[in-house]
Amino acid sequence: MAVKQRFDHRHILSLEDLSEADICLILQTAESLKEISERSIKKVPTLRGKTVVNFFFEPSTRTRLSFEIAAKRMSADTFNISASTSSIQKGETLIDTARNIMAMNPDVIIVRHSCAGVPGILADNIDASVINAGDGIHEHPSQCLLDMMTVRQKKGKIDGLTVAIVGDISHSRVAHSNIIGFSKMGAKVRVCGPSTMIPIGIEEMGAKVYGSLEEAIDGVDVVMALRIQKERQKDPLIPSFREYSRFFGITKRNIGAAKPDALIMHPGPMNRGVELDPDLADGPRSVILDQVTNGVAVRMALLYLILGGD
Amino acid sequence: MTGKAPMTSFQKMRGGDASLDAPLLFKNGRIIDPANRLDLNGDLFIENGRISWVRPSDKESSTVPDDTRTIDLDGRWILPGFIDMHVHLREPGEEYKETIESGSKSAAAGGFCGVACMPNTIPVNDCEAVTSFIKARARNGYCRVYPVGAISKGGKGEALAEFGEMRTAGAVAVSDDGRPVSDSQLMRRALEYCACHNLLLISHSEDLNLSRNGVMNEGPLSTKMGLRGIPRSAEEVMVYRDLSLAEFAKRPVHIAHVSTRESVSLIRRAKAGGCPVTAETAPHYFTLTEDAVEGYNTRAKMSPPLRTGDDVEAIREGLRDGTIDAIATDHAPHSDFEKDVEFEFAANGIIGLETAIPLALALVRDEIFNVTRLVELLSLNPARILGVEGGSLSPGSRADVTVIDPDTEFVYTKEEVVSKSRNSPFLGSELKGRAVLTIVGGRITFCGEEFQR
Repeated sequence: MAVKQRFDHRHILSLEDLSEADICLILQTAESLKEISERSIKKVPTLRGKTVVNFFFEPSTRTRLSFEIAAKRMSADTFNISASTSSIQKGETLIDTARNIMAMNPDVIIVRHSCAGVPGILADNIDASVINAGDGIHEHPSQCLLDMMTVRQKKGKIDGLTVAIVGDISHSRVAHSNIIGFSKMGAKVRVCGPSTMIPIGIEEMGAKVYGSLEEAIDGVDVVMALRIQKERQKDPLIPSFREYSRFFGITKRNIGAAKPDALIMHPGPMNRGVELDPDLADGPRSVILDQVTNGVAVRMALLYLILGGD
Repeated sequence: MTGKAPMTSFQKMRGGDASLDAPLLFKNGRIIDPANRLDLNGDLFIENGRISWVRPSDKESSTVPDDTRTIDLDGRWILPGFIDMHVHLREPGEEYKETIESGSKSAAAGGFCGVACMPNTIPVNDCEAVTSFIKARARNGYCRVYPVGAISKGGKGEALAEFGEMRTAGAVAVSDDGRPVSDSQLMRRALEYCACHNLLLISHSEDLNLSRNGVMNEGPLSTKMGLRGIPRSAEEVMVYRDLSLAEFAKRPVHIAHVSTRESVSLIRRAKAGGCPVTAETAPHYFTLTEDAVEGYNTRAKMSPPLRTGDDVEAIREGLRDGTIDAIATDHAPHSDFEKDVEFEFAANGIIGLETAIPLALALVRDEIFNVTRLVELLSLNPARILGVEGGSLSPGSRADVTVIDPDTEFVYTKEEVVSKSRNSPFLGSELKGRAVLTIVGGRITFCGEEFQR
């Protein structure tokens, strides 16, 4: 389809808000900006004078670094604020904190928070653009966009592919964004994991649920493994990593069911040997590090499009 | 206001020097009194704080004393005083949300002559001293206040609170509302122990292990919104436990704020089997669905959470067929700064006293039930279940009367709110029908926009 030229979103809150044309424009822009990171002098003046604030309420290494590098490569000034949600909760409210930051007149606020919906609250209450860098178990749009960019690079398309996402679907914002995003771009999305990790109504978001790993990855073009945690907030989800990896770990043996050229993806950080066999993670079909590289390009594209760079 | 002329203001009604305790004659009202199987157009006379007589309009009026204030109601409805058997008045301890004074004022504005206030104050109402404090404060209020004591000391769910002493100080029931009793043995003993002090046990049925971390109804919408869900089972397994204990102990239990289809079914079946159970639901559970939460709207966050259209339908049916005995608001005031936060951190609950009448009347207009049933749900049954005076317009009974105009239309705005808190999902809604007069013991406590203690 033709790539539309105008991007009319001020905020990136959810994949739900983006049309197929928006996504194409983001990916196309990311492709063209990717080259900047390959130069010896990795900097362009495009966003000079713009202020980007990384507002992270949850620990994050790669997402924050990725956004920071993306902003700096385009010459924006970046600032990082880390806060634990609990200390915020006791003192200043979220909206007060945001208004204080807003009083310093930043252009973009990139927010990660343990509560779903926080990027929307900020967008409603401040004048800056807001990018959701992960909100609770809701969404992680930039991760989905970099995953789609990676798949499109390797496969030349997204439409018509079949993607299997394996792991804790209930508590994965990456899975939620990817189900919406890949479905929107014409891919078929399968999800698979222990039944304690499959949420009610996931089919309504566009995913097909598989109980057995072998069936889930049978003939697929992409296998995406998610990071596994044994329990979340005292909620027992699986008895042990050992049992999980026996039934749901992606291994050299069971990957045979997927297409021979199937991509292996992981949003990181990885539990080697639990959800993914280390040999596969480091093998020729793995695109895990391409995902990280593309992450910078996608985030550059988001900042560029949001700040109306022309 | 549509149709009728505005209600006479307080000043006019006082009619010069007429004292507030002067006899009251209501003329030309529709008098609905299920306890006496009455639904007629007529007059009602109140003298010395009691209902003196009720008679059809076409009959010759008997003479009334000279200082009588006469109010022509022009067809508005005269009903036995409404009683809300489930509110949170927040005093002592959280007076910034509500006080007994402001909460009782909100009740009067909503047409309630009496409210039963839940024990989860700070400190918890778990002893005679706190119950007495509430009763003392209530003397300065705009409606009757019936304290509900805690089931366990400190609301901790470990040891029985002193039911007998709280009863002596004026408690009418005990409850674990807001802090559910997980220990089934404690619940059993509480039910049994209620017997010797003639107290009702009101159960907030919730399995905390199942609801833990949840912030909305569990289903496709919670999945889509990325919010942790509270399954219906969290309510239903405890409803079943409480029914089973009540059946075994042969002691009445009252199930608070029923929110799911299966809870309604369980209660219906238990009643059919002779189990001594009564139940209430709140207007939001028969009006709203979980969709109200969309957009991370904390004004629709409550416990139990709003459910689905299917549950709403079952609750309406339960109200109609008698499975659910009462409408109670679960009036739960919270300040703006406790609601204008992340959805997961927002306080549970909404205010409800001022919107109960229009929301219940909507079901009458939808022909879910008739006006007689409405009065049973809001007056007669709550009085009977709590074992307090009221619920009828029988001559000689205490003159607690609610007069409503079923046709008046209004928009419920922030400025309209009488409660100290404004956490209502109905702000901005167009509502139809409201109280125009609230009479407690023969005295008008609310009239249009004016209040009198």
